[in-house]
Amino acid sequence: MSLVATALGHSAGSAVPVPLAAGEGFESPGVTDFWQPLIGEGAWAITRASIVMVLSVVFLAWVMVAVTRRLAVVPGKAQFAAEAGYNLVRNGLGREVIGSPDFLKFLPLLVTLFFLILVNNVFAIIPVIQFPTMSRVGFPAALALVVFVVYHFVAIKKKGLGPYLKSLVPPGLPGWLVPFIFLLELVTYFFTRPVTLALRLFGNMFAGHLLLLLFTLGGEYMLLHSDAPVLQVLSVGSFAGSFVMTAFELLVEVLQAYIFTLLTALYIAGSLADEH
Amino acid sequence: MLATTLLAAAEEGGEDGGFWADAYPIIPHPAELIVGLLAFAVLYWVVAKKVVPAFEKLYQERSEAIEGGIARAEQAQAEAQQAREQYSSQLAEARGEAARIRAEAQSERKAIVEAARTEAAEAAARETERGRAQLAAEVTQARSELSRQVGELAVELASRIVGESLAGSDATTRTVDRFLADLEERAPSGSAGGATSLGKA
Repeated sequence: MSLVATALGHSAGSAVPVPLAAGEGFESPGVTDFWQPLIGEGAWAITRASIVMVLSVVFLAWVMVAVTRRLAVVPGKAQFAAEAGYNLVRNGLGREVIGSPDFLKFLPLLVTLFFLILVNNVFAIIPVIQFPTMSRVGFPAALALVVFVVYHFVAIKKKGLGPYLKSLVPPGLPGWLVPFIFLLELVTYFFTRPVTLALRLFGNMFAGHLLLLLFTLGGEYMLLHSDAPVLQVLSVGSFAGSFVMTAFELLVEVLQAYIFTLLTALYIAGSLADEH
Repeated sequence: MLATTLLAAAEEGGEDGGFWADAYPIIPHPAELIVGLLAFAVLYWVVAKKVVPAFEKLYQERSEAIEGGIARAEQAQAEAQQAREQYSSQLAEARGEAARIRAEAQSERKAIVEAARTEAAEAAARETERGRAQLAAEVTQARSELSRQVGELAVELASRIVGESLAGSDATTRTVDRFLADLEERAPSGSAGGATSLGKA
């Protein structure tokens, strides 16, 4: 980060154009680009990501209420699409993974997670909004925290704390192995799972957006700020790359929303299962 | 370490956007974490209160509608089956009725013909009988007439032969009567034969 900072300071300070090495003048995108406080400063600033998150909730709530207000037994086109989306989570994740009849009480959680993440992810490539909320780790962490609490709560409620901890170790192990496995499983359940759940989503969105920034800003720099005609021509490739990456990002965005929800369902199913 | 970094960030604050401008991206920003939790809570409330119940109710209604439709179809089928059975039984009944009526008519016809025939035969017999009786009566009448005229003729002839009137005298009348009685006594078979031959003619 200090590198980025110095690069920033350097390029801002030097008024001289950089003919020799473009790298010296090019301010490569980095962590700083994701820090966009709109109101206030520091730890309690309202950032651009927060605004986008609130916006997504307003949008989703509005769409959901509008759709579900007039549901008919025989669906129209809009309802058909809405049902397809709902059924993807309901049947594809809830019923398939958690199973009947328990999945019904977890449907609100799964539906909320999937559509909240999906809309926030897709917002990353919607013009004007164009900010991936989940590239700010606070948001995936919040969602992972919810999932973490839910699946532990479910397991403890169903089995009791003692049996739950005991069930972490698969039966039939040699006695000397039990403590090690127990420790490993404890780390998995209480640390690895929630952290990877949050970081997977964060990492994908962060890296994807960084790549998009690199292609777009790089192309822009080559086209507008470099004196070398070769670079100006080559900027076409960079812009083309940004288009390809945008299409790829859409795929990743949908996939990550699905994976996050799928893992949530899997963890809950594991908590409900009788055996390890 | 985090605390010292935070402290440093606070001191540096304002220069380059502070600590958060280039903090490690895996350190959650407190405000964002809270906004994230609140956003999730609000949306969860909407989904749990509105979306999921609405969809589940819809699916319930839909499956009920489908089941109801199947039940209705089954009922209609049963009704159709019943109607068909009723219809075919009615048809069979009607056929039987027609056959019965036909048989009845046939036997009635036979009876009528039979009756007519016997009646005709009876009438014919009656007619023959009456003819026969009339004939017999006529024969009797003719015979009595004949015998009366024969008596008169005989008396007249005898008067002419004798030359005096015998008519009116008791003796003559008695004689004639005796004669006639004799005649009748003598030829009952002859008169009968005569009657038959007359009937035949």
